[in-house]
Amino acid sequence: MSTLHTVNKSPFEKTSLDVCLSHAGAGASVLLLEDGVYGATKGTAVETRVKQALDSVKLFVLGPDLKARGLSEDRVIEGISVVDYAGFVDLAAENDKVQAWL
Amino acid sequence: MSETIKKFLYLNRKAPYGTIYAWESLEVVLIGAAFDQDVSLAFVEDGVYQLTKDQDTTGIGMKNFSPTYAALGDYEVKKIFIEKESLDERGLTLDDLQHLVWEDEDDDWAEKDSIKLVSREEMTALMEDADVVFSF
Amino acid sequence: MPIEVNGKSLETDEEGYLANINDWEPGVAEVMSKEDDLELTDEHWDIINYLREYYEEYQIAPAVRVLTKAVGKKFGKDKGNSKYLYGLFPYGPAKQACRYAGLPKPTGCV
Repeated sequence: MSTLHTVNKSPFEKTSLDVCLSHAGAGASVLLLEDGVYGATKGTAVETRVKQALDSVKLFVLGPDLKARGLSEDRVIEGISVVDYAGFVDLAAENDKVQAWL
Repeated sequence: MSETIKKFLYLNRKAPYGTIYAWESLEVVLIGAAFDQDVSLAFVEDGVYQLTKDQDTTGIGMKNFSPTYAALGDYEVKKIFIEKESLDERGLTLDDLQHLVWEDEDDDWAEKDSIKLVSREEMTALMEDADVVFSF
Repeated sequence: MPIEVNGKSLETDEEGYLANINDWEPGVAEVMSKEDDLELTDEHWDIINYLREYYEEYQIAPAVRVLTKAVGKKFGKDKGNSKYLYGLFPYGPAKQACRYAGLPKPTGCV
């Protein structure tokens, strides 16, 4: 059973990202959106944690939310894929269920 | 009528767009600017994200209010403090943020920097020095 | 209530401000000023155009005192006072000029 996890909170304000990564099963997909996109950027205090998660889960970040926040794609940690809204829909369709971490 | 000037500190701790706090704070600052108080803005934690350059909200269908920060100088808001530790934790430097200035009418409208980078310790002192802290 | 401008019907809010800033064209100011029995001169247009430029750059309508100072800087010190602006726009530069310019009501203006 494959799951798409979504995280829409900043990792510096809430524990949503950390808790999600701790509970996501191997091979799961995790999509960062809204304020969650800050977790996908390089050089932050949570970068190590996010990179470590890449060993077991697939990470995605929503492009329009990055752009809105002035973050260019070259700031995104290597291994995280940038998707648009159509890509978000594809992810939701490909997986059996969606679990939102608020 | 004599009025004492108070030191107002607007403390911004939230990222833009995900919640309404950043825009609400900016509106209150602009409205409050009419009251001739000693106004300072502080950006700490995720609040520093409010000032990133090149914000483009066309893809998310929300109003991009980042250009409005550049109007703060017109509203006599000339003291903007950014906490260095907050930038560091987010992999940002001052170069990633807008360059905000105010025009000095008494100096032939020369542009002067509004933003000052401060340490967490200096931020503490700013908060203690303020008469009123508005938290957003 | 919508207003009719050059054959088009444009939506406004309950206070008469354009609902959509992108609907604006010079005809909007013409129609609105006619309703107020005000004839627009070049001096009026200076202010209306300046307000539109200000909004374009900063995404807000300027407060009256910000506008006053800016007008003094741009169009001459003798014009940088509220007397001059109220002379042009008797209902107030914010309420009247911003409305003609298609901008939302200035933040903090009651």
